Amino acid sequence: MTLSETLTSRAAAAVDVSRAARSSKLSALVMLAAAVTLGALPFLVFAKVTDTLVNLFVLIALASMWNLLAGFGGLVSVGQQAYIGIGAYSVIAFADQGVQPYLAVLLAAVTCAVFAVPTSWLAFRLRGDYFAVGTWVIAEVYRLLVVRVDSLGGASGKSLSGLSGIDQTLRGALTYWIALGLALASVAAGYLLLRGRLGLSLMAVRDEETAASSVGIDVRRAKRLVYLVSAAGCGAAGGVITVSSLSVNPDAIFSVQWSAYMIFIVVIGGIGFIEGPLLGAVVFFALQQLLSDYGSWYLVLLGAVGMAAALWLPRGLWGVVRDRTGLSLFPVGYFVRTRAADVDSH
Amino acid sequence: MDFLNALVQGLLIGGLYALFATGLSLMFGVMRIVNLAHGDLAVVASFLALALISGTGLPLWFVLVVTVPLFALLGYLTQRVLLQKSLKSGPLATLLVTFGLSIVLQNVLLEVFSADTRTLDGGSFATGSFKLTDSISIGYLSLATFVLAVGVLTGIQLFLSRTGLGRMLRASSDDRETANLVGGDSRHIYGIATAIAFATVAIAGLMFAMRSSFDPSIGPSRLIFAFEAVVIGGLGSLWGTLLGGIVLGVTQSVGAQIDPALTLLAGHLIFLAVLAFRPQGLIAGRKA
Repeated sequence: MTLSETLTSRAAAAVDVSRAARSSKLSALVMLAAAVTLGALPFLVFAKVTDTLVNLFVLIALASMWNLLAGFGGLVSVGQQAYIGIGAYSVIAFADQGVQPYLAVLLAAVTCAVFAVPTSWLAFRLRGDYFAVGTWVIAEVYRLLVVRVDSLGGASGKSLSGLSGIDQTLRGALTYWIALGLALASVAAGYLLLRGRLGLSLMAVRDEETAASSVGIDVRRAKRLVYLVSAAGCGAAGGVITVSSLSVNPDAIFSVQWSAYMIFIVVIGGIGFIEGPLLGAVVFFALQQLLSDYGSWYLVLLGAVGMAAALWLPRGLWGVVRDRTGLSLFPVGYFVRTRAADVDSH
Repeated sequence: MDFLNALVQGLLIGGLYALFATGLSLMFGVMRIVNLAHGDLAVVASFLALALISGTGLPLWFVLVVTVPLFALLGYLTQRVLLQKSLKSGPLATLLVTFGLSIVLQNVLLEVFSADTRTLDGGSFATGSFKLTDSISIGYLSLATFVLAVGVLTGIQLFLSRTGLGRMLRASSDDRETANLVGGDSRHIYGIATAIAFATVAIAGLMFAMRSSFDPSIGPSRLIFAFEAVVIGGLGSLWGTLLGGIVLGVTQSVGAQIDPALTLLAGHLIFLAVLAFRPQGLIAGRKA
């Protein structure tokens, strides 16, 4: 055995490479329990609570999608409201055609992915900050086109048909479950995507695009895929917003405010961590509820906290938690541990 | 002849768009910052002028003279205190900081001035006009705005090409580290660039306020105009920005002639067309 072979085998024997952090199995159980409890909530609490939670789930889904786009794909968009709007209007249009509105939420996701293909051709011509503003202009174009369609209600919006036959309590519970399903699916989709080959490609692209393409990663394909997934997720979220509010207003649904929510939730929670949007959404939601009597001051606070986080806490709150405890609920990297005891035996 | 009139009006408002876009172009050219609060700053200038006039009864021209240097100072401070720090943390941080500033400004204005639509009364000068031909009448304010815009752009161009500080500014934008090596203090230079940008934003904001009504939430759509003018004209070229502003203004104006609801859409579509077929802009200055 040559020296280098000896060293290699020793090194291989001395370290453990695994996906799971030490805490992952326990935290997976805790999260499963939490998901089951949340699922059972309509039987346990008043409808007012579950109705409010729908908003939280939508925020979690939107923020997760923005995190996937910007935190992992490096595509900082300020125009995801385009897909929230298209998703919302798709549900209205499908419901008008007689499709069950809850089913239409799924179709809304597909519609958005279809719209995202030609949109990405245009948007991907811009880079960095110009991509951000470019996507915003595209969202504005979609809004201006939608208000020109009379059958979609024009500038005053339209209400959703097809849900009036359902009992109000049942409707509330169904909306809650579909929102919960959306939030869970968006977190799970991000997790599963990032564990695979795409995740590695994306993180390589995000960290150094030129180097990534030189080792054979198809940069455009990876970015386009993540853009389509994010569009679909935002579209489904737009659909949930519509089945929850039962109507749609073009100015509100295509508002850049959604981007503000997504971006600052992710930045405060921790960009580039799957846990970040979850934590950020909970913090934002708490802030919104606490300051609900003070008009739009919570947005002033959100903007200020977001600026502070960008300057002094670039890894967000979850970055702090992770640095302190090493906790990782959704490990997408690899953990390398040395087996100190085994080294001696060889 | 209506279309000729639309063309002339579009050209005149294009000058204002260009003036407004100059600050965005300058900040991107020198510091690689896209200031997402650009539109909101213009609205702040509008509201500041409104508050000064209704609060103190000072004449309009005096308020204009006060607001512009005030904004320049504000710009210098914003760069030194807020943006300089974000530059070290990478491009995402600058975007987040300016977007955060935009959200803060918008909502503070909303709380202080309410969501009501306001106008700045420019008196007879703002509403007066003269007839060029039977179908084309030109507003004094429109013409003055255009002349002012071209004047300011020329001034900035001369400053950049003829003065030592201007040369240092261009040097910093080409290569910050080398500019620092030959004695330029990039922080001070960046402060100056932001001060100029903020001053032009203030002028443009006041002109917008006299021309059309405004409310706290209008900033983002103003930002989009500026951004479109910069991209249409070509990044990093002041005359490109003027051309971009004019193209945008004329397109909007002609679009409005066909159908008033088309005003904004026509502008956005010409922007997307340039993006698709000539991404370097009409006058290619420097690569993005």
